[in-house]
Amino acid sequence: MGNFLHRHRRLTPYLLLAPGVAWLAVFFLVPLAFLGYQSLQSGTFPNYEFTWEFANFTEAISDYREQLFRSFLYAGIATVVSLLLAYPLVYWIAFRAGPWRNLFLLFIVAPFFVTYLIRTLAWLNILADEGPVVGALRGLHLLGPNEGLLYTTLAVVAGITYNFFPFMALPLYVSLEQIDARLLEAAKDLYASPVRAFLKVTLPLSAPGIVAGTLLTFIPAAGDFINAELLGTPKQQMIGNVIQAKFLESLDYPTAASLSFVLMAAILVALLVYARAVGSERLTG
Amino acid sequence: MTRPLTRRQLLERAALGGAALTLPGFLAACGGGGDGGDAGGDELAAVLRFANWPLYIDIDEETKKRPTLDEFTRRTGVAVDYFEEINDNAEYFAKVQGPLSQGRGIDRDIFVFTDNSRFPGLLIDEGWVQKLDKELIPNISNLIEAQASPPFDPEREYSLPWQSGMTGIAWNEELTGPVTSIEQLFEDAKLKGKVSMLMEQADSVGLVMLANGDDPAEVSDETYDRAIDRVQAAVDSGQVVRFTGNDFAQPLTQGELAACVAWSGDMIQLLADNPKLKWGVPKDGGMIWTDNMFIPTGGSVPTASTYMNYVYEPPVAAKIAAYVNYVPPVQGAKEELLKIDPEIANNTLIIPDDELLAQLHQYDSAALANDEHISKWQTVLGQ
Repeated sequence: MGNFLHRHRRLTPYLLLAPGVAWLAVFFLVPLAFLGYQSLQSGTFPNYEFTWEFANFTEAISDYREQLFRSFLYAGIATVVSLLLAYPLVYWIAFRAGPWRNLFLLFIVAPFFVTYLIRTLAWLNILADEGPVVGALRGLHLLGPNEGLLYTTLAVVAGITYNFFPFMALPLYVSLEQIDARLLEAAKDLYASPVRAFLKVTLPLSAPGIVAGTLLTFIPAAGDFINAELLGTPKQQMIGNVIQAKFLESLDYPTAASLSFVLMAAILVALLVYARAVGSERLTG
Repeated sequence: MTRPLTRRQLLERAALGGAALTLPGFLAACGGGGDGGDAGGDELAAVLRFANWPLYIDIDEETKKRPTLDEFTRRTGVAVDYFEEINDNAEYFAKVQGPLSQGRGIDRDIFVFTDNSRFPGLLIDEGWVQKLDKELIPNISNLIEAQASPPFDPEREYSLPWQSGMTGIAWNEELTGPVTSIEQLFEDAKLKGKVSMLMEQADSVGLVMLANGDDPAEVSDETYDRAIDRVQAAVDSGQVVRFTGNDFAQPLTQGELAACVAWSGDMIQLLADNPKLKWGVPKDGGMIWTDNMFIPTGGSVPTASTYMNYVYEPPVAAKIAAYVNYVPPVQGAKEELLKIDPEIANNTLIIPDDELLAQLHQYDSAALANDEHISKWQTVLGQ
């Protein structure tokens, strides 16, 4: 083997890549191709036939544009709120928590020891009419005596934000933690105000973390359906709920497959726009 | 390894009477044979593989064993692998349709689908389930009249009921007085924003059809549209906030919901734990649905049929009903229940009396497969 590699040195990188490429081919490209094949079928279950049925796509978009738009809106709000909540928190952990850093990081990750479904179901109790949040808000007269939080847009967006928060916090932490403290001292020495030092040094240096966190939060949030199902009403259904119902209830696999493709394409476009806006080198850190 | 019992032998021995079934020689004859694989033919398999919903068979709370299954094994030598793996008709169907559509088995001898979904009809039409061996099921004579001839399987060639349940309206007495009609559920201002319905169209649309004076057993496009327009209006006005599976229990108990369309079986336990909760069949009538046992492709017909015969013995049916709190489809189960638990036997939610049965309706099974209806219903659900 050693001799073989020595003689064919140019092959080495490809051999090293082979397991990863094989993995991608089997678990990503093949299913994707199958999904594409299915999305262009027509007929009724279980006798679907491949007929280049591009109408599946146009119909999917026109019938479900409301849910598509809602998915991106909710995912966008959840991403921004996560960023605003996570940044000060991990900033404090990275620069101020000292020896307790790992403990606080553990607190952020701890909910992940519980399954997704259970975490979401917990919000049924947190937002319950008899629960602490509604009680406090009613006490402050921010909610009327008959108003609640459960089964509202707020509940769904809060659930999504909560569930994807660690995906924002952890990459942010990594990029903040790597910042060389001497750069901040230098800024101070050069008479930069704390605000200016933050804007000129810390923020740009943490940009890769912001970008990575945004993507890791936004992409899965846009496809989420558990939060809308458990915490929402028919008025909060997202595109993931539609895809699930098309697959399971309607047995309309072509429409479900084309909706999945539409979602993927829409995320990809959003990604490209975002990359353009922030500069593509930041996407890779 | 001993030779598995053939169907003929089983019939001969059965003819000798129930006592013969407990003879040690009989046990030796059928114990341990085969490997429980896709046993076709006439022989009993060593293992019966039974897929069912959770909490849907008797369990001895102390030993965590399942007494009626153990008794079946004791009598026939057939061990039972019992899988509580069905949580949702559509989800389970999605899981099994791949192999079944390719003519492969799914390593199960019995699985269960509800007749308020389109799947029983679909399974039979596609030929994904096998005919029962009725010679092995003499106890089929105990099947209650109301279940003898469902539209999806008029001769009961492929299916036998496991348990039935009723769909009605539940309410929380701390928040409202009795809710006895769909009209009240949809229009009572006190309930606004605190009402949920069930996600299965047969349950929810069926109740609304009854309130409209239409027959849910004979659905037309006109009666269907009339019903879902009424549901849509209630959703748009904010009266109905959610569509649920059996997850209505927690919000109804906590008070986020004041009233909801609910299943009888789920309510029995809730009613026992929470005196403030009530359940009733609306004045215009309620729905009844039934979970049906089927033998999927690749399953052992003699083994599954033998088991079905066993659960149609009234004492066995009574033991199961006493635990699961759903309606047994077996004549004589009430008399047996009176012996073991008179309170349950006299509970009309478990053994409905004739008056209650007369108010219950089945949903049109052909309409359940209507793609246009399904699509319209999903629009109501926001999907």
